[in-house]
Formats: sequence, structure tokens, C-alpha cells
Amino acid sequence: MDEHSAAFPSRPPAVEDEWSQTPLVPAETVAGRALAIVIAIMTFLAALTAGFAIVLADASRDWRGAVGVEMTIQVTPRAARDIDADSAKAASIAAAFPGVAEARAFTRQQSEELLAPWLGAGLDLSQLPTPRMIVVRRDPQKKLDEIGLRAALDAAVPNASLDDHGAWMQRLDTMAQVVVGAAVAIFVLVMIAMALAVGFATRGAMAGNREIIEALHFVGAADSFIARQFQFHFLRLGLRGGAAGGGAALLLFLLLGFLSRQWTTSAGGEQAEALFGSFSLGWSGIVAIAAISLTVALIAGLMSRIIVFRALGEFYDVKD
Amino acid sequence: MVRFENVGLRYGMGGEILRDITFDIAPRTFQFLTGPSGAGKTTLLRLILLALPPTRGLITLFGKDSAELDKPGLTALRRKVGVVFQDFRLLDHLTTYQNVALPLRVQERDEASYRSEVMELLGWVGLGERMHVYPPVLSGGEKQRAAIARALIMRPQLLLADEPTGNVDPSLARRLMRLFLELHKSGTSVVIATHDLALMDQFDGARRLVLGDGRLHIYD
Repeated sequence: MDEHSAAFPSRPPAVEDEWSQTPLVPAETVAGRALAIVIAIMTFLAALTAGFAIVLADASRDWRGAVGVEMTIQVTPRAARDIDADSAKAASIAAAFPGVAEARAFTRQQSEELLAPWLGAGLDLSQLPTPRMIVVRRDPQKKLDEIGLRAALDAAVPNASLDDHGAWMQRLDTMAQVVVGAAVAIFVLVMIAMALAVGFATRGAMAGNREIIEALHFVGAADSFIARQFQFHFLRLGLRGGAAGGGAALLLFLLLGFLSRQWTTSAGGEQAEALFGSFSLGWSGIVAIAAISLTVALIAGLMSRIIVFRALGEFYDVKD
Repeated sequence: MVRFENVGLRYGMGGEILRDITFDIAPRTFQFLTGPSGAGKTTLLRLILLALPPTRGLITLFGKDSAELDKPGLTALRRKVGVVFQDFRLLDHLTTYQNVALPLRVQERDEASYRSEVMELLGWVGLGERMHVYPPVLSGGEKQRAAIARALIMRPQLLLADEPTGNVDPSLARRLMRLFLELHKSGTSVVIATHDLALMDQFDGARRLVLGDGRLHIYD
């Protein structure tokens, strides 16, 4: 038996295999494992970026919802005015205004307690001109005329000012947009890097199979047929790598969600949850990561097809 | 069927290796393309197959100007031409059967639709018992016959064979030549590139295209 006999059995073992269609581009000539790992890493990074963007966008929406549902009336002490009476009057005006669900005035003691974290506990603040706070909660079912409320307060209690937290919400909005924009930019860069890696691998595979490509051309294969032979390999690699990378990202988010639930009782855990939510992706996040994995596979297949067509055009000097 | 008018070919900035080549190949004809080694026989076959663009001149294949061909047009023309390469160009990872069926497979025909046809042809070239063998374990003559079967499976209008008897013994060479003659009788134009004068002498009536010094001389 010569050296080739072992590599190419004279008769395949199963009868039905004798008629099966062997891939025209041998799988072992495509740098499969290394490329699948690269695609998996790229998918993992892209899914991670998208996942964090979704978590932060959700958290930002929660912050804005929490902040936007409340407004604050601040009544500042002035000479010759009774701050308790002004505070009660402002609270009653706000409570009666259409679109307000509740107006709750802080007592002097409660207002002083708000200052305790900055000034320390146990101090006598009675001599300080401490402003009074009134928390106004919107009625989500009704529209609130903020300008009208502000005018009504100005007319009745001139030392009261209404803060609708608009500036704070604007900042949160901008921050959320920046985070999502950065995530999209990173995602696009990762996709470009992956497409380039697939492109290099396709060119390598074509160079290694040049004789096969020539033989296919000479027996009458169309470029689209040849491109499909390569596309099949790279689509399969993309699916493998995409599933591995996307799956790893999903597992990481599940782990982070589990850990955040474990830490939620600690002070740091509470702050992290306030900032990022519970690291829970939800169905939209899971669907997004699955879509990214699938997109990665499709990009791998499409990129290989484009490269094959371009390379085939360079093989022979004919019009496209 | 094939028409060359003042065709010239050079590689890069070198001199012309083929000069003012003018000839035509009519339907249902049989011709030898001959000349010393290195005369350009394989290059001329590659020009006919449109695997190389000429540096100058006009090549017309099946009535189509090669300079005006687009890719689908080129593919359609190649399906009318069968080629037997000097080095066979069999795909080592496919069985003999799969290699011979390749021209049908690339047309995306269902395998079951051509199985009996391919098996019949393999039997005709004496490879019926070797259809599930891979090319690396075939002998030179078996590879040659597999390559010929692959060229014939599409019933081409034109067959180009580059030194088809170069790797076989004289007895097999005669058998292969008879096979080409039968194909010619069935209506295919045949061009056989060879430098084997003895072989050509056995087929005296055939037209001879002789390449020398880059020029083509025709002996009808």
C-alpha cells in the first residue's frame, strides 16, 4: 500500500456514503479553528458592548422615570414671613393643582435631617435659615401645567421656587445617548475587524485552493457556484463562532445578574443596583445578543462571498 | 466553431511567444496540434479555452468575440468545451465518480439524475470498478481515462486534449485514440495536442496544426 492509500480509502465504509456529495472545497484547507475563535471573541466583545449599552439605557430610563415623576418646591426663609405658613400654603396650592397626585411638605425636623449628612448629626440648626422642601408627585394619568403651577406659587408664595429637575434629566439623557453612541461605535469597529479577519481568511483559503477553483472554472462552474462553496464554510464558521461568543456573553450577564442579586444587601451593591439596575438583560437583551450572533455569521458568509467574487475577477481578465 | 485572426501573445514585456496565429476549427473535424516541446501547444489550447486573454488579434468561439464576453457568457461557452489537461487536474479529495460527475454537479443538477450516465461512461473508459477510488491511488493511465471521461460527460461540441497519451503505454494510447475517434464520429470537433509523431502517423487523414517559432502552419 502506498502512502496515499491510507489518506484516500479505496472504498468508503458505508454504501450510502459512496454517493454523498463531498464538499468541493475541503474543510481542512480553510483556517477553520483559528478563525472560529477570532469570530467567537469578536462576537463576545460585540455582545458585551451591546448588553452593557442595553443595561445602562434601561437604568437611565429608570432614573429619568424616577426623577421625572417628582418635582420639588423649595420655600426659602425670608424676614417678616412665616415659613411654616408659607410652606403649608405652597403645599396646599400644589396639592389642589390639576395633574398633581400628592404634595408633601417636609417638617422643620425632616428638613434638618436632610442636612445631617453634610453638617453632622446632633447640631442645633434652629438658628440657621433652613429652607423647607415640598415634594410634589405628578399624577401619571393627567397632564401637569408646570408654568401655571409656577405662576400660582409666585403669586401666593413669592419665596417658593419650583424645580422640575429638567436640567438633571437633560444631563441623564445626554449621558445615556453618549453611552449608547459609544457602544454602537465599538460594535461597528468590532464588526469591521471581524469582516477583515474573514476577508484575509477567505483570500488564504482561495490561494490554497487555486487549483480546485481553476478546475471548477474549466468544467463550467459559474462564479456564483464557486463563491457558494466558500460561503458555506465561512457561514458555518460564523455560526459556530457567533454561537460561542454570544453564548459566553449571555452566561456572563447571567452570572453578573446572579452576583448583583447576592450583593444587593451590601451598601456597594445597593449603589451599583441604583446605577446599573440588576444587570438583568431581559428578553430584549437576549434577543439582541442572539441577533448579533446571527448577524456575525451572516457577515462572515457575505464577506467571504464578496472576497471570492472579487478574487475570481482577478483570476481572469474578463468583463464582470 | 473556433476562429483565430492574427492572434499574438506575450507574457509581460517579453517577446511574443505566439505570433500572427490564424486558423479556424470547423464543426465535426479532427485535428492534431503538434510541435516541439515548449512550442506553445498548451498555451494555444489555453487561448482556445479563453483561460488566457490574447495580447492582440481576434478570437471567436462559437460565433462570440472573446473580447466582448462577460462572465456568464464565458461560463456558457466553457460548458460546450471538454478539456483533458496534461496533468489531469483531477480533484484529489473527490472519488473518480465524483470527479467525472463534476461538470454536471457544477450545473447544480440532482445527483440521482446523472448517476447512471456517469456510471455508464466510467464503464466505457474501463473505470467501472474504480469509481469509488480517489485519484492518488489511480495509475497514470487510469487518471488519464478519468480526465477524459470528465471531459466527455457533458457531450461537448469541442474537445481539447493536451498530450492525452503522454502517460500511457502504446496499447492504451491506441485505445484512447479510438475513443477520441468515436467521439469525433458522433459529431464532436477534436483537437489533440501531441508531439508523438508515431501516434499521428496512425491517423493519416487528420488535419495537422504545427507550431514552430511562435507561428502556426496548417497541413490539411
